[in-house]
Amino acid sequence: MASVVENNFLTTKLSEVVAWGRKFSLWPMPFGTACCAIEFMGAVDSVFDISRFGAELVRFSPRQSDLLLVLGTINYKQAPVLKKIYQQMCEPKWVVAVGACATCGGFYDNYSVLQGIDEVIPVDVYVPGCPPRPEAILMAVVKLQEKITREATQTSVGATGRSPLHKKSA
Amino acid sequence: MGKVIDIFKARWVGSVLDSHENYGDETILVKREDLFFILQFAKEDLDLHFDLLMDVCGVDYLGQTPRFEVVYHLYSVSKNHRIRIKVRVPEEDCWVPSCVSLWRAADWFERETWDMVGIRFEGHPNLKRVLLFEEFQGHPLRKDYPINKRQKIPEPLEQP
Amino acid sequence: MKTTGDLKTKPMYLNIGPNHPAMHGTLRVLVEIDGETIVSSIAEMGYLHRGFEKHCEHGTYTQVIPYTDRLNYISPLMNNVGFCMAVEKLIGCEIPERVQTIRLIICELSRITDHLVCIGTNVVDIGALTNFWYYFNAREKIYDFIEKICGARLTTNYTRIGGLMRDFHSGAAPELRAIMKEVFRATKEVRTLLEKNKIFIDRTAGVAPFTGEEAKDLGFTGPCLRAAGVPYDVRKAQPYMGYETYDFDIPIGESGDTYDRFLVRFEEINQSCRLIEQALDRLKPGPIMTNDRRVALPPKSEVYTNIEALMNHFKLIFEGVRPPPGEVYSATEAANGELGFYIVSDGSTNPYRVKCRPPCFPLYAAYPLMINGGMIADAIAVLGSINIIAGELDR
Repeated sequence: MASVVENNFLTTKLSEVVAWGRKFSLWPMPFGTACCAIEFMGAVDSVFDISRFGAELVRFSPRQSDLLLVLGTINYKQAPVLKKIYQQMCEPKWVVAVGACATCGGFYDNYSVLQGIDEVIPVDVYVPGCPPRPEAILMAVVKLQEKITREATQTSVGATGRSPLHKKSA
Repeated sequence: MGKVIDIFKARWVGSVLDSHENYGDETILVKREDLFFILQFAKEDLDLHFDLLMDVCGVDYLGQTPRFEVVYHLYSVSKNHRIRIKVRVPEEDCWVPSCVSLWRAADWFERETWDMVGIRFEGHPNLKRVLLFEEFQGHPLRKDYPINKRQKIPEPLEQP
Repeated sequence: MKTTGDLKTKPMYLNIGPNHPAMHGTLRVLVEIDGETIVSSIAEMGYLHRGFEKHCEHGTYTQVIPYTDRLNYISPLMNNVGFCMAVEKLIGCEIPERVQTIRLIICELSRITDHLVCIGTNVVDIGALTNFWYYFNAREKIYDFIEKICGARLTTNYTRIGGLMRDFHSGAAPELRAIMKEVFRATKEVRTLLEKNKIFIDRTAGVAPFTGEEAKDLGFTGPCLRAAGVPYDVRKAQPYMGYETYDFDIPIGESGDTYDRFLVRFEEINQSCRLIEQALDRLKPGPIMTNDRRVALPPKSEVYTNIEALMNHFKLIFEGVRPPPGEVYSATEAANGELGFYIVSDGSTNPYRVKCRPPCFPLYAAYPLMINGGMIADAIAVLGSINIIAGELDR
């Protein structure tokens, strides 16, 4: 009896358990605008399969998700929409900028395109590529999971206080 | 070849300023005063029967007078021929008559031309910007608008 | 006794999009609804405007080709071909036969991928998720093939002015034939699931029908126009790339409603497979670039030995092609309709003006007309059937 009780206990830190829960059950919200959204569809399909990483449950509502994947070019008309969607998400939340356009504007250096979404919202992981292969998007999810594990020891997790660009209005 | 241009030239003697068939595309340059009637003729004449408006766009010839040019591309499904109708517009008097009453397809094409090049379409029911955000100042496809002249990022409308 | 007719109701205003799962990320519709019925609506676009036309003026003709990839990013090969054909019309260079055949093959392959995505993802909006998996598996195989021919899955940048970037790899023809079999099988499965499915028919039959005259007045081209009964296809009406020598049919619909628009696309996939089989039979070895020295780089042996060839090479690399002054409009039958490029050249190495006539622009302009009087659920089904690709719509 004593040996059975011994083997059924697991000791760890609370922050690690919380991080374990968060990173393996990311609920992505694809903010898909352009070509990168098609590669994200490729990452979700059965050949590349994002559900291996726990991020299968794609939620199209910001209120129900914790990972905002910005897939594609964001231009000045779309920027307030992106900011509002980001503000509507609950803590903890993470943002992945997928593709060259979301990272830095891509090769669209013009009057209409935002040169990187970090002009309006803070970003955790940047994925280069035009478009990045589905494996690169999966790698971004893995890197984000590593980041969540590292952040587990910090007191404030998520958007608050993470980036100097972030305004306290959220 | 040149049949379509001949029909226009025969009917609109003083209005067709220039025409050519370079690269196989029949093109006529017309006077702005007769533009609407020429387009109406293009649609309703039985030999022409241009029932599909393919495109309306504006081109900025900076340095020339008149500065702008509005280009209409028309196609006839029944007769299988195309025509390009162009009209020159001066910068200080920058308008052409709208052809929304002839083809409803012209609606958004004309809005886009207004948005990008800044040519007004008189008689258009709703001439507002269609591609750019409302607060944008200027017309980006004009040659004197620098490509990376950015403007202020619009703010979200109300609190979430 | 009070009935529902006595209820005082006010119309409600609902904003659908631009961030909405069924709005493909960048379309916005403001609707005034009375219950579930849409009374009036305003459609808005421009959320993906990336200044394509302005960028064309700031680079050489060859530098425009990567920008055209991102127009209709589901079928980028067709946009590359469309643009290169317009420039070649302006320059007037002769294109070798192998190039024409390969361009035809990649255009039809792109048409297949576009229709696979249109049906696969847009039927998800109606609620049928399984087809998405079937079609995307077939698409992954097509993507593998495209990756082998040009190195990228999506942003292909494959054609060049006067020819192609690279030749097909050895073993391309049997691989393509195997892919065609796979596509045919997937289409058969999806058609079995959808075509006679009562739920699909209830959701799509009779929704937003158009007569041929209305469709022409609104500027429709492509599957939406053909579903309304107008037999206009640029490949048959004004053939290019040798389409007149191939044996294929154009599916024509009857009522122009959403159901017909989907069915026309199913049938076009089969016709495209047929075209590819014929083209593969005709594929003969040959050069993949024109001989015209205004456009094509001279052979390396001459570049190293002959000063004129060296200068020609230098000029073409540093400045690019230099078409004569003039204007040209070139139309190809893209997956959504007539994709037109109007190019104005002033004789320099940069295009003076490039206007892309996107096939889905008039379709989306007519969208409010399609949904007024219907229900919100119908609006989603209609949006799926007209297949708006925002990259092309907003440029």
